[in-house]
Amino acid sequence: MLDKVIFYFFAAIAVSSAALMVTRRNAVHSAIFLITTLLATAGIFLQLRAEFIFIVQIILYVGGIMVLFIFVIMLVNLDVALHQLKFARQKWVALVVVLALAAQVGVMFWTTGKMQGQVWPGLNAAPVGKLPPGNAEAVAQSLFGTYLLPFEIASVLLLVAMIGAVVMAKKRA
Amino acid sequence: MQAATQATIDFLKLYWAPLLCGVVIVAVLPLIAGYIVLVERKLMADMQARLGPMRVGPHGLLQPIADAVKLLIKEDIIPDDADKVVFWLAPVFSVGAALLAIGGLAFGPAFQIGVNLNIGILFVVGISALGIFGIVLGGWASNSHYSLMGALRSSAQLVSYETAGGMALVAGLLFAGTLNIKSIVEAQSTQGVWFGFLAPVAFFTYLVASIAETNRAPFDLPEAESELVAGYMTEFSGFRWSLYFLAEYTNMIVVASVATTLFLGGWLRPFAGIRWLNFLDFVPPLLMIGIGAYCVLRMPKQPSKVQQIFMLAVAGLCFVAALVLAGPVLLPFVKPSLAAAVKPFYAGIHGGFWFIFKVSAYLYFFMWLRFTIPRYRFDQLMRLGWHFLIPLSIINVLVVGLALIVGSYFNLQGWALLLATTPAALLALVAALVILGMEQKSQARQETSSVTDFYAG
Repeated sequence: MLDKVIFYFFAAIAVSSAALMVTRRNAVHSAIFLITTLLATAGIFLQLRAEFIFIVQIILYVGGIMVLFIFVIMLVNLDVALHQLKFARQKWVALVVVLALAAQVGVMFWTTGKMQGQVWPGLNAAPVGKLPPGNAEAVAQSLFGTYLLPFEIASVLLLVAMIGAVVMAKKRA
Repeated sequence: MQAATQATIDFLKLYWAPLLCGVVIVAVLPLIAGYIVLVERKLMADMQARLGPMRVGPHGLLQPIADAVKLLIKEDIIPDDADKVVFWLAPVFSVGAALLAIGGLAFGPAFQIGVNLNIGILFVVGISALGIFGIVLGGWASNSHYSLMGALRSSAQLVSYETAGGMALVAGLLFAGTLNIKSIVEAQSTQGVWFGFLAPVAFFTYLVASIAETNRAPFDLPEAESELVAGYMTEFSGFRWSLYFLAEYTNMIVVASVATTLFLGGWLRPFAGIRWLNFLDFVPPLLMIGIGAYCVLRMPKQPSKVQQIFMLAVAGLCFVAALVLAGPVLLPFVKPSLAAAVKPFYAGIHGGFWFIFKVSAYLYFFMWLRFTIPRYRFDQLMRLGWHFLIPLSIINVLVVGLALIVGSYFNLQGWALLLATTPAALLALVAALVILGMEQKSQARQETSSVTDFYAG
């Protein structure tokens, strides 16, 4: 019961602030609503007993990336950005993408609805006691044991991107 | 209706203790922060050869309450051009994050406000880092150049120093092998040595990074009063301003507690595992008796009757504290059969005492630094962070890992592990200094190109 209440509470916050994020005119307000979305998602992770993912979401996305986002938003001239907004011509592309995404989500709902014991995705989540108590350890074991090679490939990819960013920034200066 | 009541009762059964602790913390922390400020002012006065607050209560002991009343009844000004909602919410966000982070801390083996999270220390660090949004958004919402400048500085500073601080924590956590706050302290208890000795470089890096993260002098660039009026808090007044103040001091308590937990043995007594040093258990009650006796001695010198009574009351409180602290130590001597029953009380009461003692010592060190070292310039701050602390902390993680491998190869444990970790720490320091020297050399070569210092004042 409590699990459901918590889940719907965070889900409602996440969805409504995501909608608000897209519709706000002020970039800083959008960023604030993005922060609320991310925090609410973190809350859902915690409700699912995924403590490690919860805190990683908060440290990386909210504490790291969003601070940089807001930093950049404050530096750029907002009036210029608003002016350019009038000439945005990607409305139809966006509509097509949204429809495709909605179709995917719909298919997901439909298939999970047909599964055994699953009434509605998210409703009977949170298998209490099924997850091992050592959340961080489990993640570490799967990252550095089972999925070592993909993990290393991803980290090399990130390193390449980082070096590329530094090189491009240096060239311009 | 019935179900809802039942659900509420179940909820309260599970969560009444954390809820109560939360309420107590929200109620008591402003008072604690106020007294930290009083200690800070007294210390500053002492270092500058003056007396500090002396008027309200004996030796200014009631000054924090007077300050709180003053802040509450001050006019609350919101600038016309401010973004009102964000301006309202920003200080609340700061305080909320700081208070939430306190919930993850453990002040003793049996005393923790929130649940004993598996990711304890990450929770505390991650949540307390969220307080930056209060600063940045508050600075932006004020719609003032000084505020915006302070906010920008604050976010640049936090992003730079959080990396170094996080890496320092990683090096410390390598010894503990867990993220759980209680298990970290238990690991120090079983290994018989505090991780601050095993990872001195990490401790130093965390110390510097924690000062920068809490915006304390000498890294208080976001609120540098000689350059930016008051930085991000320029437009804030009255209660809203005091919320920022509360957030800053709560954050100080949080970083001090994290450092105490990971590097200074948490609630463990100094030399906890050594039997013949058990007489150290008498230090806390004797300290309390000493303070009480001093208060009684000073009592006749107070100017008015009220102040004399107040002084006696303080002395009485100290004696009660001494009694509480002495009880668990003395009772087993009087009645050996009680030894087992008293043990949890000993762990709780003395653990709490040592934890608070260590946190206070850490805060005291912060205050020393504030009145000793002048403020850094912003480019100096950035250079210290990016060119020295971040390489140092990354190299330190590597060499600490190597030292642990060497230690397990030769089967070193406890203090003997110092044989492996001390050379490692020296190696990290030398490597970081070499990198710093190389960077300075290459910078001197590029000095001809014009330097645009973007963030500086």
